Amino acid sequence: MELFLQQVIAGVATGGIYACMALSVVMIYQAIHHLNFAQGEMATFSTFIAWSLLAAGVPFLAAFPLAILLSFAGGFVIERVIFKPIENAPVLTHIVVFIALFGIFNSAMGYIWDFSIKSVPSPFPQGPFMGSTLISNHQAGMVAITAVVLVMLWAFFSFTRIGLAMRAAAANPESARLVGIRVSMMTALGWGMASAIGAVAGMLIAPIVFLEPNMMLSILLYGFAGAVLGGLTSPLGAVIGGFIVGIVENLAGTYIPVIGGELKLTIALFLIVAVLVFKPAGLLGRRIVQRV
Amino acid sequence: MTFTRTALATTAAAALMAGAAAAQTVVGVTDASIKIGSINPYSGPASAYGQIGETIDKCFEMVNAGGGINGRTIDFIAYDDGYQPPRTVEQARKLVESDKVALIFQALGTPTNSAIHRYMNARKVPHLFVATGASKWGDPENYPWTMGWQPNYPTEAKIYAKYIQDNLPDAKIAILYQNDDYGKDYLNGFKEGLGDAASQIVSEMPYEVADPTVDSQVISMKASGADVFFNITTPKFAAQAIKKAHEIDWNPTHFLNNVSISVGSVLKPAGLEASKGLITVGYQMDPTDPQFADHPERVEWVEFMNEWYPDGDQTSSFTAYGWAACQTMIHVLEQSGDDLSRENIMEQAANIRNLRVPMLLPGITINTSPTDFNPIESMQLQRFNGESWELFGDLIGAESS
Amino acid sequence: MATTDTTVPAAAVEPAAPAKPAGAWLGPVGLAALAAVLIAVPFFAEGFFVFQTTKILYYAISIMGLNLLTGINGQFSLGHGAFVAVGAYVTAVLVEFYGMNFIATLPICALVCFCFGFLFGFPALRLEGIYLALATFALAVATPQILKLSPLEGITGGVQGIYLFSPTFGEPPVPSWFPVQQLFGVDEFDAGTYWVYVVTLAVAAAVYWLLTNLVKSRTGRAMMAIRDNPIAARSMGVDARFYKTMAFGISAAVVGVAGGLAAASTKFVAPDSFTFFLSVSLLVGLVVGGVGWLPGAIVGGAFIVFVPNYAEEISKGLSGAFFGVFLILMIYVAPNGVGGLIRAAAGRLKRSG
Repeated sequence: MELFLQQVIAGVATGGIYACMALSVVMIYQAIHHLNFAQGEMATFSTFIAWSLLAAGVPFLAAFPLAILLSFAGGFVIERVIFKPIENAPVLTHIVVFIALFGIFNSAMGYIWDFSIKSVPSPFPQGPFMGSTLISNHQAGMVAITAVVLVMLWAFFSFTRIGLAMRAAAANPESARLVGIRVSMMTALGWGMASAIGAVAGMLIAPIVFLEPNMMLSILLYGFAGAVLGGLTSPLGAVIGGFIVGIVENLAGTYIPVIGGELKLTIALFLIVAVLVFKPAGLLGRRIVQRV
Repeated sequence: MTFTRTALATTAAAALMAGAAAAQTVVGVTDASIKIGSINPYSGPASAYGQIGETIDKCFEMVNAGGGINGRTIDFIAYDDGYQPPRTVEQARKLVESDKVALIFQALGTPTNSAIHRYMNARKVPHLFVATGASKWGDPENYPWTMGWQPNYPTEAKIYAKYIQDNLPDAKIAILYQNDDYGKDYLNGFKEGLGDAASQIVSEMPYEVADPTVDSQVISMKASGADVFFNITTPKFAAQAIKKAHEIDWNPTHFLNNVSISVGSVLKPAGLEASKGLITVGYQMDPTDPQFADHPERVEWVEFMNEWYPDGDQTSSFTAYGWAACQTMIHVLEQSGDDLSRENIMEQAANIRNLRVPMLLPGITINTSPTDFNPIESMQLQRFNGESWELFGDLIGAESS
Repeated sequence: MATTDTTVPAAAVEPAAPAKPAGAWLGPVGLAALAAVLIAVPFFAEGFFVFQTTKILYYAISIMGLNLLTGINGQFSLGHGAFVAVGAYVTAVLVEFYGMNFIATLPICALVCFCFGFLFGFPALRLEGIYLALATFALAVATPQILKLSPLEGITGGVQGIYLFSPTFGEPPVPSWFPVQQLFGVDEFDAGTYWVYVVTLAVAAAVYWLLTNLVKSRTGRAMMAIRDNPIAARSMGVDARFYKTMAFGISAAVVGVAGGLAAASTKFVAPDSFTFFLSVSLLVGLVVGGVGWLPGAIVGGAFIVFVPNYAEEISKGLSGAFFGVFLILMIYVAPNGVGGLIRAAAGRLKRSG
């Protein structure tokens, strides 16, 4: 029983990592209606920028916001420069461009910062959280920040003009255009915001898993899984999905004999696929009605 | 359209008209140069190891600037396989059949070298000093053209097993291992070394390279009540495991495999305080270790790095590894003299006597013979004191030598 | 406009049947020229180039298989590397442990992969677009881990993998009735490489012929109808469930055969050979060649074999970045792949002539 509780708590801690990334996945889905395979690499790149700023002596409270701002600008520019010209190309073409971006970022990071692991300091005080050795202050802080970002996103999409415009542009581009929304600008803004959230995720994750160019390779996968499980249209669902993936993965690794440890990722993924078969829009997602 | 296809056909026909000539014994050697191939992961998940190939490249550049070996310069051709075995096969065939190299040196990785193991031996091309510690490279009877370099993993694991039996007879052992060829090689060697005492293993946790963290495994190992921890992990996961064990206040006698003992790129990120008390066996000087700061071999290496590889990482054991491996190759070529046939290169590689290459631990030398294809076999136990590795005990040689 | 954007939109995938008039002669002539080049390769090229061309061909076969599913039937897969793996392991196990000839294993690869693909087609029926992408993605990620699984070690060789053709020390046996050595003027070392090439080329031609005929048949038209307008197709009496699972099964079977050939050519299989990157490469090859255009597979295959090598020649440290840049340039020049370019050129020819 004690081990069970420990693994659940550890699952929440790792789930926080996935939840963070899942939020960024939901954000980009909101803007472009598919998954961006380069998103993990972009987040890692942002984290490297933060790390470089810290290494150059910029204090914490300046380095993090600066990295987030730069990431926002970077995401915005990538949409304008790379995706604007191929706006009307098929979706598969876009996916291949994501793969290309993945290669570009990954290889550039290796070239600039090399592949050895780097420790990124945590913004939170070191040590265990409230006396529990299972979850550190940093992990608790990460969960808290994820919650804050979640609330901010919700407020943004529900109450601000621009948030509502973005939703309208994503849900129905033609009608949105008719009421005067600059749809393509909204897409670029979505890219910027997804990159900014990715930067937050990267900077929170790096102190736990260590920073290196391949840091997000598998975390993005878990982020996808969490987001899809919870529902790609629901930020709250994505966060919950992230935690579920973390917990399920840990329990499968601990309790399923022989194959559990070797297949924990596989088991988590297959559970998700099973959930999707019965609830195709994810746990909290809206089912999109297909119009003919 | 039709034009390009015809053009392609013409180029293919003209460029490759030569056909496939039977492999000759002297290949890739002229009076002025010798061609050496290598395959490294310069891209993909194992790219950190790419530094080894880079260092070797710079090392040969330095040799060439000094006039080469026996009057021949070294034409070093290193390709990237991204750590994907099918690409390794492609690159090896390119080196052997298209570039016509004399030999392939320091190809990196266990699955990747496995993919070309038979090919190299069927073609009778020297496959020298592979950069992996799997035990299968030292098998001259079946694979007379392949030779390892570093001490092999099972030998190392047996040293820990023996230490545990001698000093911690009541140990309850937990093992964390990477679920691949490398991890299993250590694991099996360790169990073999323990013999009957293998029943003292209370927890055996695999992890995949794709796992984001090993936190869950570390928690399970602590819960198993183990007081000895054998950590078979690559650098990133080693750092995670060391850090996590410290965070959850689990303080077993912690044995760390040699793969991840770099102070600069593993223990510093993991936390020096958390790393205190780690035990490992080493065969290389750690470049950041103050006790070797003034060692002439280290001084020479730093000079080389400053002059030829200024972008290189001087805290990384990979650059030191590349430097030492390169010196081994240079020695074999020098010893081969003017007869650079593949047979003679192989013969000389299997005939190294008490060769000292730089940056190995004091007292360690390289020895090979036609029946001994394991160049480095001696290692020494060392313990981390929070700042550097402290050697203890005697040099331990493998039983086979 | 359908709101689920990640399904391959009908408009993006142009009809596979090329426009008949004016440029109609271009197709057969082009194919004949391609066939002539491919047949000439073993006569003139050295072993390494033959090996590389074999690789292009088996990638091309896989891409054709993927094209049937994605281009013709409109289902999305990020996991076809898994079927390459299954095919490769079937061949490896049968050749190494049961002493079968690798050619005889190919139909078995097809059968086994058909079953896997067909079964996977059922959950896929419930999933669309991005969800199907994730499910197939999961399949690709899980494959190497399942191959490594310790309880299966007896069959799969575990993490160590399997070497093929042990009795002949890693060279595929060459049949006595086909004079490989005399015909191509090669020694016994290279004979196996050339023989595998000959077999791969024959299989590629057969697969191409079968798939083009399948696409033109009633089944093919039904698959395309489901892609273009599933609801209309259903109301016209097309059994979408049957055709979608069939498309998955046949696609997997084709890819499995390619896997068998890959194993025979590489002569070694290991879990690390079939990582997620393989599936991604196939997708890149598909898009570069042209979604829905079967001959594009050879261009796609050549792209994923040659361009990474070329990128590496420019810069070792930045090879991934150069590959990415080439890929983006390629997409700018040909957003619908090479197939799209050729169709556009043929259209222009038609108008001017």
